[in-house]
This record gives sequence, C-alpha cells and structure tokens, in this order.
Amino acid sequence: MSESLLPEGWELVVGLEVHVELDTKTKLFSGSPNRFGDEPNTNIDPVTLGLPGALPVLNKQAVELAMRIGLALNCTVQSCTFHRKNYFYPDMPKAYQISQYDQPLNVNGYLDLPGGVRIGVERAHLEEDTGKSTHIGGATGRIHGSDFSLIDFNRAGVPLVEIVSHPDIRTSEQARQYVSELRAILVAIGASDAKMEEGSMRCDANVSVHRFGEPFGTRCEIKNVNSIRSLGRAIEYEARRQYDIIENGGTIRQETRHWDDADGRTHTLRSKEDADDYRYFLEPDLVPLAPSAEWIENVRTALPKLPAQRRVELSALTGADVEGEAVTVVVERGQDAYVAEVAQVGGDAAKTLIYVLQAFAEVGAQSSIPPADIAALTMMERDGKVTATQAKTILAEIVEKGGGDPVVIAQSHGFEAMDYSAVEAMVDAAITAQPDAWAKYCNGEEKAVGALVGAVMKASQGKADGKIVTALLQKRKG
Amino acid sequence: MSEIPRTVVDIADAVATKQIKAREVVDHYLAQIEARDGEINAFNIVTADHARAQADAIDAALASGEKVGALAGVPVALKDNLCTHGVPTTCSSKILEGWKPPYDATVVSTLRGLGTISVGKTNLDEFAMGSSTENSAFGPTRNPHDTSRVPGGSSGGSAAAVAAGFAPVSLGSDTGGSIRQPAALCGVVGVKPTYGLVSRYGLVAFASSLDQIGPFATTVTDAAVITHAIAGYDPMDSTSIPKDVPDFRSAVSAGVAGMRIGRVTDLPEGAEPEVTQRLDEAFIALEKAGATIVDVQLPSFSYALTAYYLIAPAEASSNLARYDGVRYGMRQQASDVNAMYGVTRAAGFGDEVKRRIIIGTYALSAGYFDAYYGKALKVRRLIAQDFDRAYSQCDVIMMPTSPMVAFPFGDKVDDPMSMYLCDIYTIPTNLAGHAAVSVPFGTGAAGLPVGVQVLAPALGEVPMFKVAGALEAAQGGK
Amino acid sequence: MPDTGSSITPADVAKVARLARLDIDDAHIDHFTEQLAKVLQHFQDVDALDLSAVEPMTQAYPLVNVLREDVVQPCLDRQEVLSAAPDTEDGRFRVPPIIGLTE
Repeated sequence: MSESLLPEGWELVVGLEVHVELDTKTKLFSGSPNRFGDEPNTNIDPVTLGLPGALPVLNKQAVELAMRIGLALNCTVQSCTFHRKNYFYPDMPKAYQISQYDQPLNVNGYLDLPGGVRIGVERAHLEEDTGKSTHIGGATGRIHGSDFSLIDFNRAGVPLVEIVSHPDIRTSEQARQYVSELRAILVAIGASDAKMEEGSMRCDANVSVHRFGEPFGTRCEIKNVNSIRSLGRAIEYEARRQYDIIENGGTIRQETRHWDDADGRTHTLRSKEDADDYRYFLEPDLVPLAPSAEWIENVRTALPKLPAQRRVELSALTGADVEGEAVTVVVERGQDAYVAEVAQVGGDAAKTLIYVLQAFAEVGAQSSIPPADIAALTMMERDGKVTATQAKTILAEIVEKGGGDPVVIAQSHGFEAMDYSAVEAMVDAAITAQPDAWAKYCNGEEKAVGALVGAVMKASQGKADGKIVTALLQKRKG
Repeated sequence: MSEIPRTVVDIADAVATKQIKAREVVDHYLAQIEARDGEINAFNIVTADHARAQADAIDAALASGEKVGALAGVPVALKDNLCTHGVPTTCSSKILEGWKPPYDATVVSTLRGLGTISVGKTNLDEFAMGSSTENSAFGPTRNPHDTSRVPGGSSGGSAAAVAAGFAPVSLGSDTGGSIRQPAALCGVVGVKPTYGLVSRYGLVAFASSLDQIGPFATTVTDAAVITHAIAGYDPMDSTSIPKDVPDFRSAVSAGVAGMRIGRVTDLPEGAEPEVTQRLDEAFIALEKAGATIVDVQLPSFSYALTAYYLIAPAEASSNLARYDGVRYGMRQQASDVNAMYGVTRAAGFGDEVKRRIIIGTYALSAGYFDAYYGKALKVRRLIAQDFDRAYSQCDVIMMPTSPMVAFPFGDKVDDPMSMYLCDIYTIPTNLAGHAAVSVPFGTGAAGLPVGVQVLAPALGEVPMFKVAGALEAAQGGK
Repeated sequence: MPDTGSSITPADVAKVARLARLDIDDAHIDHFTEQLAKVLQHFQDVDALDLSAVEPMTQAYPLVNVLREDVVQPCLDRQEVLSAAPDTEDGRFRVPPIIGLTE
C-alpha cells in the first residue's frame, strides 16, 4: 500500500495527536453536565461561559480517567500543573484554554501495534474542550463565505485528554492501526466511548517526508479527519503532495492544513500572523496536582485486561495467529471471554474461534447462547459426526434460536457424516478414474486437485467433508 | 427616637434586641447617601428599594419571633467588581455597563445570609486598576475630607462611602493596596486578609494570584467582625484555604503586652514628613502599651513594585481577554469577529486598562517571558523570603500605608509611574500573600488623614488585629 | 534575552496591541510607547539582582490536590444568560463571520 506511496529511498513520518472526550458526568472545571445532544446553551454555568468572577475547580473523576489512559499506555504518571493557553476565538469563553504545558500528568508511554511495532507516546494530558460553532450562510457550512456563526457552549469545559505520539509511525496502515488500537483501549478502560463520527475522539496528523539518512522534513498538521479511513487517505495524499513539491525543487511550508474528504485533498487554512504566541503561563486559579502513589497504584491494578493482552491469551488458547483476523476481530467484539467459556466446558478452542468469527457478528459481547451447545458442536465436527458444511448450518440455527442441542438439530436436518472408510474408497476411485489429474497434482499443480475433490463430492452426493477429502488426497500424494 | 448606632456591632445588637428597626437604620444611611453622594459619587448604583424591602423583611421576621442572621440589619456597600445577581456589576467600565450577573459572589451571599443589607455598588478604578479612582469610566469619587482630592484607589468608592457615613461597613478588593491605600487616604480602617482566607468566587478577577476581598469600617472591631464573617473555606475557589478561621474580634482588645513589632530600617524613602512622624508616634504608642520594637530589614522591598507591575498586568491581560463582545457586555459592530474584538475592546476599556493589558501581554510574549514575567516571579520569592526572615524576629511589622496623604485630582494621571509609586508600601504584602490592615492614625499635611499599616504573616490576622486594636485604643478610640 | 527595560518601540506596542485585540490608533500607540518606556525604565532596577539560584514563586499559599466530586450542580437559567448577550439566535450566541482566525 504505502510501499508504492513514495519512491525507493524516501520515508513517510507521521505523529498523531488524538483528543479524547472523557466519560465523566460533569465538566472538567465545573459542575454542569457533560452530555451530548442537549438543547444549546443549557449545560452552562459561570465557569463554562467565562463570566466575570468565575473560578475553575478540578474534577476528580476526570483525573482518575486521565490516569487510566496514561497507565494503559504505559506512561509514567507524575505530579503536574495547569497552564493557560491564551488565544481569541468565539467558542473560547475565557479567551484562554486551561491545559497542561511543561508538566503534564502522563509522560513517556507507548502503544504496541498488532504487528508488534511500538509507537512511542510522548504525553497524555488534561485540558478543557471549547464550545461549538455553526457557520451559517456559506455554501458548505464551512467558515469561508459564511454570513455569521452561532455558538453553543454546552461542550465548553468538557474534559479532554490529548494523547500525543512520537513521530514513530511510518505507514498510513500503522496510523490506522494506532487509532484503532487506541480506541479499543479507551473503550475497554471506560475512559471514553471514543467515537470519531460523534467527535468524542478527534485525530490530527503531523505528516512529513524525507530521504532515508537525512533529517526529518518539515511537517504539516492535518486537521478535520473524521474517520479512521479518512486518516489513511489524508496521510497518503499529504505524503504525495509533499514529495511532489520537494521533487520539483520546492520547500514545504510548516502550516496547518484542512482535509477535505469530498475532494480528497488537504487545503491551507488561512493563517494569521501572531496567531501562535499563546503566552503560556501557570494557571493561578488552580493548584498543583500530585496524585499519591497509592492512588496511581489503585488505578493501575483496577485496569481491565487490555486488548493486546486479550489477543495474546486468545491466541494461546486457540493456537490461532495473534495478528490474524480471527483473533483481532473476536477481541474487538469482546467475544474472547465467550470462546474461553466454551473451551472451559470441553469445546475445541480453535474451532470455537472460527465459529464465533463467522457466525457471531451480530451477537453482542455477552452472549446468552449456552457454551455447552457450541462445545458439543465443535466436538461433533472434530469427530467427523458432521461435515464442516453441515456444522455451519447447525451453527447458524443455534445462533438464530439463541441456543439448541446440535445433535437434535443435526437429526432434524437428516445430517449424518459419511463413514470415513467409504470416503477413502471414493478417493481411491477418483484417483483411478482421473489419472491425468492425479499425475498433474503429484507433479505440483495444486489446482488439479479440484477435479479429484469434485468427483468425490459428486459420488458422495455432497455428504463427504471436502476438507477430509483434500487431506486424504494430500496423504496419498505423499 | 433613638440615635442610629453607627457601628456594625452596635447596629446588629440594637436591631436584634429590637431597640431599633432595621428599616430606621437603612433609612438613615439612604438619607445620608441622598444628601451627599451627588457630590462624593461613591456609588455607581444605590439599591434603595431593595434595601428597604430587605430591612422590612428583617423587621417582620424579628416581630414574629423568627430567627435572623447574626448581622441582621447592618447596611453594607459593595465594590462594583463583586458579582451581585440581578444588580448591575460594571467594574466601573463601559465594557460591562449595565451587565447584570446571573449569580452572586460567595461573599455577597454569605453577607446576605447573615442579614446584612446592601445599599449599593461602589465606584472603583476601572477593573480595579489604579490608586485614585480617577480611572473610573463613570467619573471619579471625591474624598469626603476634601472633595478636591482623591479618595485613593482602586476601592475609592467603598472607602469614601464609609468615611462619608453612607454605610457602617463596605467591601473592597486589594491587589496591590486597593483597600489599604484608600482607607488611609479617607481615614478609615481597611483590611487585606491573607490570600486564600476569603473566597474570590464572584470577584471579577484583576490579578488572580494577588486579589483579595476585605472590609472598610470605622472601627477595628467592625473590621475584625466583617473579616471573620466573609472568611472561610469555599469549594468554589481552588485557592481557598481549607482551615477553620479563629475568632478575630477578641484579638482587638487583647492588648500587645509582650508582642514584638518590627520596624523596617531599610524602607524606601519618599514618604511625606508628616506620614513618617505619625508612624514614629504609632511605634511610641505601642511601646507604651507594652510591646517591644525590633529592627528588621527587608532588602528586596523596593523591587516589589517592579515585580508587581509585571505580574499583575500579565495576569490581568489574560483575565480581561474574556471581554470580547461575544457573550455579555458591550459589543461594537464589525464585519467579522476579529474586527469586532478590536473595536469593542478599544471602545470599552479606558487608557489605564489598555496600558496594563499591553504591559502584561508584552511581559508574557514569546522572547520576553523570562526577562519580564519569569524574573518577576523570582523577585516575588525574594520578597517572601525577606518577610519570612523578618517574622522570625517579630510578630508584626509596621510601616506607613501610603507615602502621601490624599492628593489633588489630576496630580498623577499623566504620569503612570508616579501613580504606581502610591502603592510602594502595600504591594509587598500582596506578593507574599500575607495579611495587612491600615489604621487611621492622626493627620498629615493639610489636616488630611494618615494611615499606619500593620503587616502580619499569612494567617496572622490575630496578632494583626491585636496591634490594630491597640493603635486605635491609643488614640482614645472605640 | 533582553534585560528588563530594553526600549519598547511603537512597533512593539502595535504588535502587542494586535495580540491583545486592542485597536489603538497611531497617536495613542506613540503616547503609550512613551509612557511604557518610562515604566520599563524603572523596571531595570531588578537587573541588579542575582536571581540565578532563586525559584519562581507561583503560589501565595501552598495548596495541592484541590479536587471536586463528579456530581452535577444546578445550571444557569438559559433565558437569563441569553438576555444579557449582545446578539443571539435559536438559543445560541450570534457573532459576525469568523474569517482570518485560526483555531
């Protein structure tokens, strides 16, 4: 994919900044509700609106969730302070944002991608969200060409954690995996529902390109990426855009660019001079936050098993590839615990994994399908009492009905597995009947086996297990 | 018809014992305001109807045997930078002209809960920036002792209101001397409590790490009673000290036998000769009362002015950024939001406010932070260390409050630096976060009031009030 | 790094005024520059101090870990708040177009 993105000798470098809305009841610095979708300007208080005389007081639960995030990302949790980031924008009620600057809560962590690549996490700090602006009058609802804007401060003051990665990402696929894995972690630890489409997780990408061996190139920040898929597209577009400029002798201007998903390009956001002097200084209305070693330890031990650990365990249980689709999808769905339950009552773990992968897409994480039913079915298939195809049919019915004795269901369909020795006889007959196909197969033409398998299936009227037939042919071949 | 009592203590007692009606008391003070505030201009707004209604309610409650607050019936004037729900709070600025807060400052609701009756909001230097109340957008307040002279600032209105007999007590705010200096110039008692002793929730912020609310009164006992009434932990203010507040009233008459009073031998010169003479007499009076005078040094004292005029404007530049015409206050029309900010703030703020916003923004800006704001924070530490050393040798320190008596209008408006020098003796206490009180002590040039300042370490209000009480008693006081 | 009190120029004042969103005309810029230069001149006094070993003082009173329980508190009345606003529409604050600003 991205191997063809840039020519030989060139490298893509990506760092990601992810903002996550925390799942608290109230805002970061005041007691009005942290709720999505309410009537505009109803979840407001003097602090939220930046009224004269208002003062911030830090939400304990926000700190707890922020620590969970830091610890889940292998960060060091440290004593920290809050700073004011000063700039003017209509959805900023105080004309400064309370954030963390040189002493953030969580530092020096990492996230391991499913492939094993480790992406460094520089920091994960707390800050407050802004209100929301709607631009009226322009063609696309964007700022440019609008007649006026309407501001809703319900979101102002909602707690955010900003997670900043090191620029360790080298492909758009890695970027997507990072965000995907991060999302899975955030949901697993209960910190956020992390929905990009709802804005509770927002992703900005810092993208640059360079020749191997040379220093990193000038980076551009890409904003307005609203899905994991868009993230991949935006990174790839930006990498090619930058490469083209450099190859044509130009230089990259460090700037913020806006991703337009509709036309598949990034565009310059008009920048204002002096916009970047945020005049950070320590927030005098707050005091330092120094979580005790005890608190940190309590948060750490209370962390649930993270997706990476669950994938390792599922792989060990089932023998399936830890990076494979089956393990990844089943853990993502939260159905790994169910597989373990089935194995617990004697089911074949590897087969259970496949069943769950293939048939449990619509089933939730907590399945009420009795594990014993699935266990029994795996054993029937393993012992050859039903073919793979037949098992699939039985499984579908069990899922649809929310349970069922597979023996009974098999009988109701009139399924019975073919006698093994009868299958062997049919295999030998097929070899005898198609010497050319057999010769080709023995000579390494794998495709030739198809004719032989087909002959056996026909002879058995579909009752033979195709996998067993193939296995027998392989055995015969030697 | 009984004489209207003139102190907080006497009024509260007389109303509670039904010797006098709350309505009579309030009518008296409203009549004083009516008669003379046209000339003095202490008030931005007089809330006469509301005051009468509150007084009637108290009288009715008392008549039917209901419980009333400990200070029921005591009229109070509130500096117009304290948020009062539904009553305009302007900070004497055009940018907030007519703005009615949707909430009360904590001290406002506390005092109301005790049964006090607000007679109105008093004039101040715009956003509390100034030492003469000449920076008010609604005209200056005049010193009741000599109406051709300033009452001091920034709480000039509150000081003049008590001095002119418009209320027995008023609240002001002190960031660099804005209670103590006008108290001295108007011949009344003015207290700046320890930083964090009184909640700042609802005080329109000027400099967050320096602002404190405190009372003006005609007696030290009244000042002690009101300081105690408004002191105490408030969960709405993160900088509020979570400690019980000891009794202050009993300290006032406890005497100073055995106490050590610090005299600063390296104080910057420049006080008027009469001011120095009054201070000398104050030391003699305390010695007579049984205290010992101890010579102390505060070597970094004179640098406090520089530190203050970098720290305070820096914090103010950030605190005042919220006045942007978006959510409340004045808005000037413009074609886009950025232009709107510029014209609104230019029209809404007076010159002194603009000057301080400029200095403050400059001190925080990229390239200048370490040289200005950063350095100022270090100087602040030196000043605090000086005080710590001095307080190991004495219980309180005494020095003038203001280097001069009340000066004529217009004397210093064209020379900001000369205006800033008015605060030379008051600023260090704010930087250190300590407590201090100005006690009237004789007169100076042209028979104008002189104030003597008693400084105490953080949470040293008890020794502070002991000495203040002794100073008052030495003059044949109350 | 400049010493405290390096001369402030009209260009400095103009730049800072822009940062602070204060529209100041040229006459006033010159006037402020003159006044501020005097003030900054006075501030040169601290250049005499050796501050290399001094820690900045950022808090008046040493407090730490001031936290609040995650419990909903009553909100402000929307009508009251909006009626104090310069311009509103559909329950939201209305402002002129946001051009020339970055987020």
